[in-house]
Amino acid sequence: MATDALVRHHFDTAEQQEESSTLGMWVFLLTEIMFFAGMFGGYTVYRNIYPDAFGSTSRYMNVTLGALNTAVLICSSFTMALAVRSAQLGYKRALIIFLVLTLALGCVFLGIKAVEYHEKWVDHHVPGPGFHYDEPRYAQQAQILFFLYFAMTGMHALHMIVGAGLLTTLIVMAARNRFSSAWYTPVDLIGLYWHFVDIVWIFLFPLLYLIGRTR
Amino acid sequence: MSHNVVPVRVYLIVFLGLIALTITTVLVSKVQLGEYNFIVAMTIAVMKGSLVVWFFMHVNQSTSLTRLFVAAGFFWMAILIVFILSDYLSRGWPGAAPLR
Repeated sequence: MATDALVRHHFDTAEQQEESSTLGMWVFLLTEIMFFAGMFGGYTVYRNIYPDAFGSTSRYMNVTLGALNTAVLICSSFTMALAVRSAQLGYKRALIIFLVLTLALGCVFLGIKAVEYHEKWVDHHVPGPGFHYDEPRYAQQAQILFFLYFAMTGMHALHMIVGAGLLTTLIVMAARNRFSSAWYTPVDLIGLYWHFVDIVWIFLFPLLYLIGRTR
Repeated sequence: MSHNVVPVRVYLIVFLGLIALTITTVLVSKVQLGEYNFIVAMTIAVMKGSLVVWFFMHVNQSTSLTRLFVAAGFFWMAILIVFILSDYLSRGWPGAAPLR
């Protein structure tokens, strides 16, 4: 087997090595699930204590930009899946093109996010001394929601920035012919990471933007 | 390699499904459904997440061990949310200690 040279000595086969890498990546992603679950848990508690105040904030969320960003991220997951597929088949050119597309879409997401943050800043919806809310009776409680908004989307954006760095590394590695159809584990694993970050946003979007719109 | 190459068609269908579900959840959020707005939004989010995990993250091709780990992760999160809710939702019940 041509792949034997790529198998580390403590593995019997390339297949076993790949399965171990995948499992290891999933264990890391489980710690990420727990990390984000803490924030989702905090959100759950406060939404249950102050349902009306939390519902009132969705009026001030930019649903158009949020939905656009959801679509952008889904597109990037699609191009990432195609990048992994290209790596499986050993198509170097396609791999680089799809990785660059994924990176570009990730940057578009972050750009739109920055526009939203700027809006929040201009509207005085950033928690702190400058916070202002149109419905005074909800001002204190709405501030908690906006704090959670910035904490959750901020941590998500940080994961996107890390992902962008990882994608850049992959592009350089791919350009240097480091991958083949016999070994492309980094592409596979960073793909898993990218999809995970997409899933976090899939839950953040309805929770922060959509719930309470009918009030 | 253990992974079979998935046809582009499959990824395309999943992608279109995800976009369709996103449009659906945005449209439904405008409709007055009371408590069901939340349930519909979360159901659609779980459907979208499952599509990504199952197809994009190749869990449909994973080993049983990996699947067990994935399931354990989401099950752990379910325990967290369910136990938080069982506490906070029941606090207003007759005879329960007052909130906060």
